[in-house]
Amino acid sequence: MRSHGNADAINPDTVTNILVVGIGGQGVMTAADVLAQAALALGYDVKKTEVAGMAQRGGVVTSHVRFGKKVLSPAIRPGDADMMIGFEPAEALRWHTHMKPGAVVMVNDYPIIPPVVSIGLYDYPENPLSQLADSLIELHHFNAGEAAIELGDRRLVNSIMLGAIADHLPFPPETLEQALLTRFQRKGEALTELNRQAFSLGRKAFSQRDSVATA
Amino acid sequence: MNAPQPIRQDQRQFISGNEAVALAARDAGCTVASAYPGTPSTEILEFIAAYPEIYTEWSINEKVSLEVAIGASLAGSRALCAMKHVGVNVASDALMTQTLIGAVGGLVLVVADDVGLSSSQNEQDSRYWGRFAHIPVLEPADAQEAYEMTRLAFGLSEQYDVPVMVRLTTRICHVKGVVVCSPAETYQRKNFTKDPARYVMVPGNARKRIPLMMARDLTLKEVSETHPLNRIETGRDNSIGFVASGAAYFHVKEAYPEAPVLKLGFSHPAPIEKIRQFSATVDKLVIVEEVEPLLETELRAAGISLYGKDILPRIGELSPQVLAPCIDKLSGKPCEDKQIATEELFPRPPTLCVACPHLGIYYCLSHIKNTIIAGDIGCYTLGAGHPWNALDTTISMGASLSVAQGIDKGRSEADQNKNVLAVIGDSTFMHMGMQGLLDITYNKGNVTVLLLDNRAVGMTGGQNAPSSGLNIHGEPTLQIDFRKLCEALGVKPERIHEVNPYELPTLFKALREEVKIKEPSVIITNQPCVLTERYSKLPPLKVDEDKCTGCSNCLDVGCPAILVSRRETVIKPNGREKELSFVNIDTAACTGCNLCTNTCAPDAIVAAFNIDKINAVEVK
Repeated sequence: MRSHGNADAINPDTVTNILVVGIGGQGVMTAADVLAQAALALGYDVKKTEVAGMAQRGGVVTSHVRFGKKVLSPAIRPGDADMMIGFEPAEALRWHTHMKPGAVVMVNDYPIIPPVVSIGLYDYPENPLSQLADSLIELHHFNAGEAAIELGDRRLVNSIMLGAIADHLPFPPETLEQALLTRFQRKGEALTELNRQAFSLGRKAFSQRDSVATA
Repeated sequence: MNAPQPIRQDQRQFISGNEAVALAARDAGCTVASAYPGTPSTEILEFIAAYPEIYTEWSINEKVSLEVAIGASLAGSRALCAMKHVGVNVASDALMTQTLIGAVGGLVLVVADDVGLSSSQNEQDSRYWGRFAHIPVLEPADAQEAYEMTRLAFGLSEQYDVPVMVRLTTRICHVKGVVVCSPAETYQRKNFTKDPARYVMVPGNARKRIPLMMARDLTLKEVSETHPLNRIETGRDNSIGFVASGAAYFHVKEAYPEAPVLKLGFSHPAPIEKIRQFSATVDKLVIVEEVEPLLETELRAAGISLYGKDILPRIGELSPQVLAPCIDKLSGKPCEDKQIATEELFPRPPTLCVACPHLGIYYCLSHIKNTIIAGDIGCYTLGAGHPWNALDTTISMGASLSVAQGIDKGRSEADQNKNVLAVIGDSTFMHMGMQGLLDITYNKGNVTVLLLDNRAVGMTGGQNAPSSGLNIHGEPTLQIDFRKLCEALGVKPERIHEVNPYELPTLFKALREEVKIKEPSVIITNQPCVLTERYSKLPPLKVDEDKCTGCSNCLDVGCPAILVSRRETVIKPNGREKELSFVNIDTAACTGCNLCTNTCAPDAIVAAFNIDKINAVEVK
């Protein structure tokens, strides 16, 4: 198990760049928002931007979260991302060129097949994870989609993926957990508890996997 | 739709540019705000609607919206109107005359340009309107500036008697950043004062206002020259100096932290003399503007030598990775090749939702031969994509009807046997489509109109419209009766059909009958957008894999919940090869609309759970 190796490598005086990628409706923007809120709570300057054209229609959604002493441009440049949360394996593959060498990449390996693939116009990559593993990143993956459905709601993917990244940030995982749970407080204890479970499931599940793609 | 919660003022807030504009409107004492939804501007009004002290409305279209704001300004209130770039094309008729009148209560037009076309039919530079309509343009670079400049805009509008444009871009609207507010002000509303020489723009009155407008231009130019929003930031490396505004400012700062920058916030009228002085302090001057060479052209005319669109792209965002190779080339640096080969990956274009009521329409349209189909702007524009490929044109709001009328009248002999159709959504029909229908009936056109009424402005997130029967706050109000409306616009009652778009046989029958009849007809669908609270999910479906014959008919529906589990090629008795696609259904995504069961000959699509199990789930 890799323990927080990259968190130490991140200098809190410089800007930390986190990419959150997935598909409209998966909760990409919410996850990015929680990350940003956590950084904000610690007094960082934060900017968050999305490329989400027609986001609710199953298209690609990419959220950039940048925090540090002072953040200028909101978008992360190719090759500058320190971490990635990939809500879908092919989407993680699509954005991997944005990563720094050695960057931590957390991937939900539950594929979502778009209609253009179903009708036979394009092929879904045979093994996106092994392609990802070939690049110079530290890859962790887990079927968060299935785990969320087992927990009772596919929307919990979001909290599982936040749990996944929690031990790799330049701040304590509890800060992220707090930012996540604050969002649900208005919606009742039951939902808050469910998200707490999803978050710790994510922390555990992703730390157990190492950077080997065995799909 | 969840109404956003108003925020306390005594904190550092982490909000988007759109929310910052809303907050500024409230803190400036604005009391009337109007908009028609449009990406990326939509959330501005949604946030303002959360403030009870501001009257807020979703207007029918942008022209109406601006006129409502104009009326409020003349009545003595501070008023704000928000729209996306293409909205100004619609509103410009009012804008071009209102500029002669000016403003009583501060009149602020917030325009959001979709630089990079994330969700638009074109890419426009709204700064042109500043020149065309003789109004000042403010360009925030982030959410904090969106707050400050919106507040300032109200005061400028009153001080110089002019509507003021705040020009945003997607990178401002949808970027969240830290915003600190300043104390709110109370604006003392004025009373309406009759002043026909100023408010009644007949030629005799308007003619007298033009010299006043020209004088105002000169004053604003002077203001801009010394305005603190236009500031010079010195740098350590004077080899290249930049002039930048909006999001481009931060892109320049990120890529070239050592370079001097003249940051433009009050960008029109431009501070030409200030830029001239700045240019003298640097070896090379580069103008970074999104997207047209507007300022560049003015500066060249003023004799300032510079680089601009001769080295920078003329479309899309000027992000650091776009700027860097262009600027490196200019400074003679070897161009660092950061281009990494990207994977050959399938595209993931946006598509219609699982169980969308438009799926049935496009299934039918893609199965009817000999058609010319004019489309419109909304979710249903996605019908132009796979697997339906069902639209032949998409131009502007409401254009489906009028373009179809033109196709009908302009078609050649060879096309006479074709069926001309128009496809338009409820909100777009009310925005600008009704006039097209009247044109068709009045001028004896032969167009079959599909009016897809899903009771909401779907594409921008399910906002309310007169078809919803609810206002911006979700309160009950008039619900338009489309059948009566179409009748009033001249369509014969027997040519108007209301159909359930999930019932394919009914839909096919109505369509096949109406295209044959050589006069205008309207087919209205009556099922709600699946993203709104009106939609109720049904128990999901699954595929009985023993029964599936791999015919792939159901894939023509285009529902994202239908997935291919395996493909096979078989040789038919006639010796031809046939591709078979066996399917399953993503039960967790399916909401049981049953549309696909209509297309399945072997009845292989069945309920995913038996009734007992569903009850058990509900009890649990």
